[in-house]
Amino acid sequence: MIRHVEVRAGAYHDSVTLMQVSQAVQGEDGVEGALVAMATELNLDLLGGMGFEVPAASPNDLVIGVTADDDAALGRALARVETALAARPSDSGGGFGAAAAPRTVGSAARRDGGTVAFVSTPGRYAFADAMDALQHGLHVVVFSDNVPVEQEVRLKQEAGDRGLLVMGPDCGTAVVGGVGFGFANVVRPGPVGVVAASGTGAQQLLSLLDGAGVGISHCLGVGGRDLSAAVGGASTLAALDLLADDDATEVVVVVSKPPAPEVADAVRERAEKLGKPVVLALLGPGLPDLTDVAETVVTTAGAEWQPPRSWPSTAPATGRYPYIRGLYAGGTLCDEAMLLVSAAFGPVRSNIALEPAWALGPGLEAEGHTFIDFGDDTLTRGRPHPMIDNSLRIERLLAEARDPSCGVVLLDVVLGHGAHPDPAAELAPAIVRARNVAGARGRDLAVVVALVGTADDPQGLEDQARALRESGASVHLSDAAAARAAIALVDGGPE
Amino acid sequence: MSDLLRDEPRVVSAGVDLFAAALAAQAVPVTTVDWRPPVAGTEDDLARVLADPRRPAANEQALAAMLAAGADLVDVRPAGEVLGLQPGQFLHAGPPITWERASGPLRGALIGAALFEGLAATPSAAEALLASGDGVEWAPCHDRGGVGPMAGVVSPSMWLFELVDDAGGRTAWCSLNEGLGTVLRYGAYGPPVIDRLRWMSSVLGPLLQAAVRRRGRVDVKGIVAQMVQMGDEGHNRNRAGTLMLLRDLLPSLVDSGAPSAQVAAVAEFVGGNDHFFLNLVMPAGKLQTAAAADLPGCSVVTTMARNGTDFGIQVSGTGRQWFTAPANTPAGLYLGAYGPDDANPDIGDSAITETMGLGGFAMAAAPAIVRFVGGSVPDALATSRLMYEITVGENPAYAIPILEFRGAPTGIDVTLVTRTGVLPQINTGIAGRIAGTGQVGAGLVQPPMECFTSALSALAATAPPPALE
Repeated sequence: MIRHVEVRAGAYHDSVTLMQVSQAVQGEDGVEGALVAMATELNLDLLGGMGFEVPAASPNDLVIGVTADDDAALGRALARVETALAARPSDSGGGFGAAAAPRTVGSAARRDGGTVAFVSTPGRYAFADAMDALQHGLHVVVFSDNVPVEQEVRLKQEAGDRGLLVMGPDCGTAVVGGVGFGFANVVRPGPVGVVAASGTGAQQLLSLLDGAGVGISHCLGVGGRDLSAAVGGASTLAALDLLADDDATEVVVVVSKPPAPEVADAVRERAEKLGKPVVLALLGPGLPDLTDVAETVVTTAGAEWQPPRSWPSTAPATGRYPYIRGLYAGGTLCDEAMLLVSAAFGPVRSNIALEPAWALGPGLEAEGHTFIDFGDDTLTRGRPHPMIDNSLRIERLLAEARDPSCGVVLLDVVLGHGAHPDPAAELAPAIVRARNVAGARGRDLAVVVALVGTADDPQGLEDQARALRESGASVHLSDAAAARAAIALVDGGPE
Repeated sequence: MSDLLRDEPRVVSAGVDLFAAALAAQAVPVTTVDWRPPVAGTEDDLARVLADPRRPAANEQALAAMLAAGADLVDVRPAGEVLGLQPGQFLHAGPPITWERASGPLRGALIGAALFEGLAATPSAAEALLASGDGVEWAPCHDRGGVGPMAGVVSPSMWLFELVDDAGGRTAWCSLNEGLGTVLRYGAYGPPVIDRLRWMSSVLGPLLQAAVRRRGRVDVKGIVAQMVQMGDEGHNRNRAGTLMLLRDLLPSLVDSGAPSAQVAAVAEFVGGNDHFFLNLVMPAGKLQTAAAADLPGCSVVTTMARNGTDFGIQVSGTGRQWFTAPANTPAGLYLGAYGPDDANPDIGDSAITETMGLGGFAMAAAPAIVRFVGGSVPDALATSRLMYEITVGENPAYAIPILEFRGAPTGIDVTLVTRTGVLPQINTGIAGRIAGTGQVGAGLVQPPMECFTSALSALAATAPPPALE
């Protein structure tokens, strides 16, 4: 054991550097202890406490004490002192640099301003993010689904108190001043203001209006539960007030499932006082479908209605088509098609069944006419929406191809911002495969596609339609028309 | 508030990046939140607390009160006089604790205080007395409106700084700083420690009292504001603050009529102890955070304090209730032959400096501090910037030059801590774990997350039930 003490007069280093040097030296093999420090009284006491003989030194001197196992270890320790003291601070490009991204909506709003928040966090957490937005004075689009209804009520109460609008929760689509939020089609500006409790319903309506040459001022989503008794139409009424004051809006459309009776009265009353024509497009059994609504809106806006385009299948209908299997990404589109199929054939099994008795089991096994909404809350937990990720629907399409009871597969393909950049590139080959699988089993599998989109959507409407047709599907820009085509196949008539 | 349909939208996006990209592709200005799920299991409590309609106004009020709070040094007096503390009564740092659970440095400081007060003749006799609990008792400094660094032990004969906040009409106090090394607050109780305490009570305290009374009140908040612009963060670095205090007191100290040798000794003691002013930053912090206390629905943290065993916090909306969890051990650099094995878990009321927006929160003002953990200047900036993510506002009085004079991040919000998972960053000294050792190093530490999650739960329980539709 060697104890080494030395004093270097006038060699000043700051205490932090010296603590780091001491630590580095102690890390050398064979070093029991080390103190490299300015010779202050405190440090000399420490040196004494470590068993060293305390040298005569002043606070401006550097004192080095090392306890080492042998000469070699001492040599290494002293060499380490030299290199550590000689080391320059690393130059990491100075003290400045970009601040890290904000961690909350409120922080982002404080940092960069902001007028609208778009919240697409998982539903169990979304309330905090949306409330944060409102409490920082931002309107908020809550794309997230699976938000408890009592949290929705509280959000809309807060928004009402602050004169803000909550779009959602489960608001898939909004277009504000030409900017599309979530899944939104690229539409031309124009006179129609839309208040939509349904995202895909709004997308169908926007696409059909755009196709008919009628533009959109704004499309304000309100969330599928807004017109329920619990929520009381809070966002619908607020959105109507906003559109009433908006000079660009000349005609207003409200798209929703039939509201709770007490809510319906409030909406009707507000609509009557709006000072602008209001089309209340309520969707349900025996009520006009979205394509009918589009026609009403187009004529109310003073334009001429042309039925949406359809492209028949390139493959002739050759077989029997026992049952329709609807594989949908859009809940309202699924609903609309089910209403038509049910009117024609009776019970339609579904995970979003029209009647409780028609509900599918947890395995989603097909039975007769069967429709699955892959965009339903329960199927999107922890995975991307089927408008982004086609894999579940493709898997099911191939399963249906092997099921002899399946005659027609009815699919929706939704274009626009946020959706898959090229859905036909995945779906068309899958349709070819499915038709081949069925063909190998001696069946013709008919595929009918409802293609929801506009000419200006980033995916390219014409290209998508062509690719889908070339796979053997018939393609319809109206979901109702697509459903009727599927029904016609089952009926045995010409498509 | 913006006009939704007329203003050009500027969007804040949280969640799926694809949608932020879709907005950016439409040439819309988008700020993307670096979003992560909240701390596991907190979502229901978060929803309840964020739904509490009292919270926004309560937090605003808390921030305004904190920013308005002043801090003037008005007197220096013995604890017996200030607090009516009786022989056998002690105060200590952090949340309440029993002798059985007390850490080495807290036990050591209590032993030293008992010796100093003449309650026992030897350390072992003092230890036996304290362990027996016979005629002795102790309570947190915070419960008596004051603060103490490290062990924070105060006994009747120790002298205190007394501070006043005229805006809030409150007072706070803190002990006098003994210097570094083997000192009572780090758990040392040897004869030099007791001798120094005697000198502080017989010379330092009375001379400071004379100087303050002669001069009139000292604007501590004003000095803190200046020190932050001079490289101090007010917790581990108090060099500029100490010298400014000395500058303010020296004329009246000299003029007090005390023997010149005593004046010189006091000036040397204060000027030679870079941490002397810490014990004035701390009560200034206590005044600031006390101004935010006891507001129903308020989610702002008013206290962070450690007793060497537990870390405890208090939150405005839950009043004086402590939320505690086992304290972490700081990471840092060690004096001499000491190493991590010698370190006691986190101890002291000095985390009041972070609670007020200084210390680790103002690390950007004192880049040298970050080197205690081998960090860099960018680390210091990043740390302060991160603290803005968990605070409700900024204190323009404490402006950080390198951040373009941005005010210190002020008002830790338990909902922001639990939503982001970002813990407050604390700069601290490290005490030896064995009673009697003293200081072994200095470094950085964070509170346990459990303090914040349990505070959040308690706050959620106070939230009114949702209004019936």
